[in-house]
Amino acid sequence: MAQANTVTAPPQGGKSLAIGEILGIVLSILGGLLALFIASKAYTGPYAFHMIVFALAGFGSALFIFRRFTIRPAVIPQEINGRPNYNYGAIKFASLASVFWGIAGFLVGLIIALELAYPDLSMGLPWINFGRLRPLHTSAVIFAFGGNVLLATSLYVVQRTCRARLAGDLSPWFVVLGFNLFIVIAGTGYLLGITQGKEYAEPEWYSDLWLTLVWVTYLLVFLATLWKRKEPHIYVANWFTLAMIITIAMLHLGNNASVPISIFSPKSYIVWSGVQDAMFQWWYGHNAVGFFLTAGFLAIMYYFVPKRAERPVYSYRLSIIHFWALVFMYIWAGPHHLHYTALPDWAQTLGMTFSIMLWMPSWGGMINGLLTLAGAWDKLRTDPVLRMLVVSIAFYGMSTFEGPLMSIKVVNSLSHYTDWTIGHVHSGALGWVGFVSFGALYCLIPWVFNRKLYSLKLVNWHFWIATIGIVLYITAMWVSGILQGLMWRAYTSNGFLEYSFIETVEAMHPFYVIRAIGGGLFLVGSLIMAFNFYKTLASPEEVGAPEINPALAPAE
Amino acid sequence: MVDNTHQDIDAATGTATTGHEWDGIKELNTPLPKWWLYILYATIIWAFGYWILYPAIPLPGGHTSGVLGWTSRGAVQADLADLRIQRGAMVDQLSRSTLQQISADPKLAEFARAYGRSAFGNNCAPCHGSGGQGSKGYPNLNADRWLWGGTLDQIHTTLVHGARSGDPDGHEGNMPAFGKDGLLTKEQIDAVANYVVSLSNPTTADVSAGKLVFGENCAPCHGENAKGNVDVGAPNLTTKIWLYGGDKASIVETLVNGRGGHMPAWKGRLDPETIKALTVYVHSLGGGQ
Repeated sequence: MAQANTVTAPPQGGKSLAIGEILGIVLSILGGLLALFIASKAYTGPYAFHMIVFALAGFGSALFIFRRFTIRPAVIPQEINGRPNYNYGAIKFASLASVFWGIAGFLVGLIIALELAYPDLSMGLPWINFGRLRPLHTSAVIFAFGGNVLLATSLYVVQRTCRARLAGDLSPWFVVLGFNLFIVIAGTGYLLGITQGKEYAEPEWYSDLWLTLVWVTYLLVFLATLWKRKEPHIYVANWFTLAMIITIAMLHLGNNASVPISIFSPKSYIVWSGVQDAMFQWWYGHNAVGFFLTAGFLAIMYYFVPKRAERPVYSYRLSIIHFWALVFMYIWAGPHHLHYTALPDWAQTLGMTFSIMLWMPSWGGMINGLLTLAGAWDKLRTDPVLRMLVVSIAFYGMSTFEGPLMSIKVVNSLSHYTDWTIGHVHSGALGWVGFVSFGALYCLIPWVFNRKLYSLKLVNWHFWIATIGIVLYITAMWVSGILQGLMWRAYTSNGFLEYSFIETVEAMHPFYVIRAIGGGLFLVGSLIMAFNFYKTLASPEEVGAPEINPALAPAE
Repeated sequence: MVDNTHQDIDAATGTATTGHEWDGIKELNTPLPKWWLYILYATIIWAFGYWILYPAIPLPGGHTSGVLGWTSRGAVQADLADLRIQRGAMVDQLSRSTLQQISADPKLAEFARAYGRSAFGNNCAPCHGSGGQGSKGYPNLNADRWLWGGTLDQIHTTLVHGARSGDPDGHEGNMPAFGKDGLLTKEQIDAVANYVVSLSNPTTADVSAGKLVFGENCAPCHGENAKGNVDVGAPNLTTKIWLYGGDKASIVETLVNGRGGHMPAWKGRLDPETIKALTVYVHSLGGGQ
């Protein structure tokens, strides 16, 4: 359905508000009024503040929709000159937001790392004590940084691999802006002391409801884009994204099933209790890792690695088998977070055995990513972006070996509750999620903004500084974690504990300092990246480069 | 683009592609790596074996318990039993002996100190410091100065019942808030503070006004000679050891707002042998009487 080659239209001529726009304006205003009403009767100041933020966002989006209507063409073409008219607006926003939130999240991580090494650093101020900043750090890096990277890349990849413009007109914007509104509400809530105390699911009921709306819209946009695809098959990256969206929806609803004490209060009570609550929490927590931080980022790998290396994916069969094995195995593995607790033994057994069976399905992704480089290994010498992507896959392989290892009960009895866990998480978070995201952003931002990346040399600096930071971080945590575990279980010949808890804390200090240095280097790397993007965007738009995003050369 | 009539061979690897292409990306039709597949199978077989050996499958009314009969509760009990054997007959002896008997028997006393040191680190050190050195508001246990007495029996009583702990047998008695409650005027507080400072820091200045106030208001607890009284937890004011600081400003603050720290009653939290061992350990720290 090739439309006329209309790119611009006069501001008003014969154009009328689309149904979606009318609905958007009406719902935004009604939502804003409802938020104002709740704010006026809110039990607590922070909750009233949040409702005012919601109200401002509602009225702001009504204005945004109307302003956008005045400048948009009367009909937005699906194709221009037989080529899909890709929709990059919301993607541009999400890609830049991810850089911003990434730096914020890494910075807060550095602050809490320093607070652990030097506990007086919070100066007794409640807003910046470890307990409030820690969820701010985890949410900022996982959901704000990682989430925006996932939104940007998935909405880009689904269009490109379906050869179809993104479904919906306002809805991609709603997904991206709504998600970032959720981040703002969640983050300010932590600082003001609003939390439901569930790890990685700290936001209270009203933020959860909002995220549900956003996430369902994301699912619909994604499905509708797949539906109108011009390719006969759905590309593997999109399977992973779809698995991520659906599973996260399920986890989010299950783990946040709570009853607010009043619509005027931020406080709610979870419907699960005792060990069921713990089980739900780690079913959620583990699969947030499995589907958000693994499946979602594997989708990134499956598009950006072959694209950047200009090589075909290593094995289609492996991608199918490891996809289904991964999604089937991951969902059972959560109980390994609750070894040696009140969780029944049989559930602990299942959690552990499924974690072991998960080893090869995880490595299937690593193999497929690394061996896609076959025939193009020489590019690692010249392209630091590709090197970042490949090193991320190596970290992915390492942490998905370490994970099953740590799920084994005897290993877990040493590693559980120690810094080893923190090291494991960060080899996955900094090495895998961080690097694959940076690699993707170094590709994506120049592509969607139609500019040439300012400096590959700076990417090289980013790569090395961040890599050294990661190595310092995880080795410090390995040593400190194993030392901690051994000190906790050390008995004297008389049969008494050799070390008091505080002695084990004192022993951690040098490693906490090294960890902070490692985290600091990672932050420095991301600042170099931000500078590189700033210079990239400050440069003039490329002209006469119809395909900055390079197509694969014919294989012959 | 899509060509099913003849195979599209990737030059670098010599492998055929699947014939599909997405935004320039193709996929090779490489078979699954054998080693990958065999390890996957091995982990699955291993998991089935583990399910047979250990509690695994939930069923209506229970779950399979595994042929090894292993339970995590059983494992903890076995570990604790091992620990009892390792600690040996000494714990029984500790339980049967009086504090004085423990102290008198060098071998038993050494065992009690090792036991007490371990318990002290995790229960007492958070307030009293890892070496019992104390800090502001938390008494130093190394010095020969005791609010509630430093004999074995007195230390034991303090450990069992605590101070201002809510335990009916716990130590009671507060330093009143002479300033806040209007018991003394500002001038009187200033005078008595000068006098109290002079007790440990002799001065040539005239502190007789303060001494008068002290005699009427403080002596009932701290004694005419200010040497304190362990029955009401009133500290000796004539030494350089101060719980809340011995400079004038700290003493004025104490006089204005009063004092009264809390020590939990450990009865019920720790078993009797542990409390006995702690008593012997604390008594041995340097200040035992």
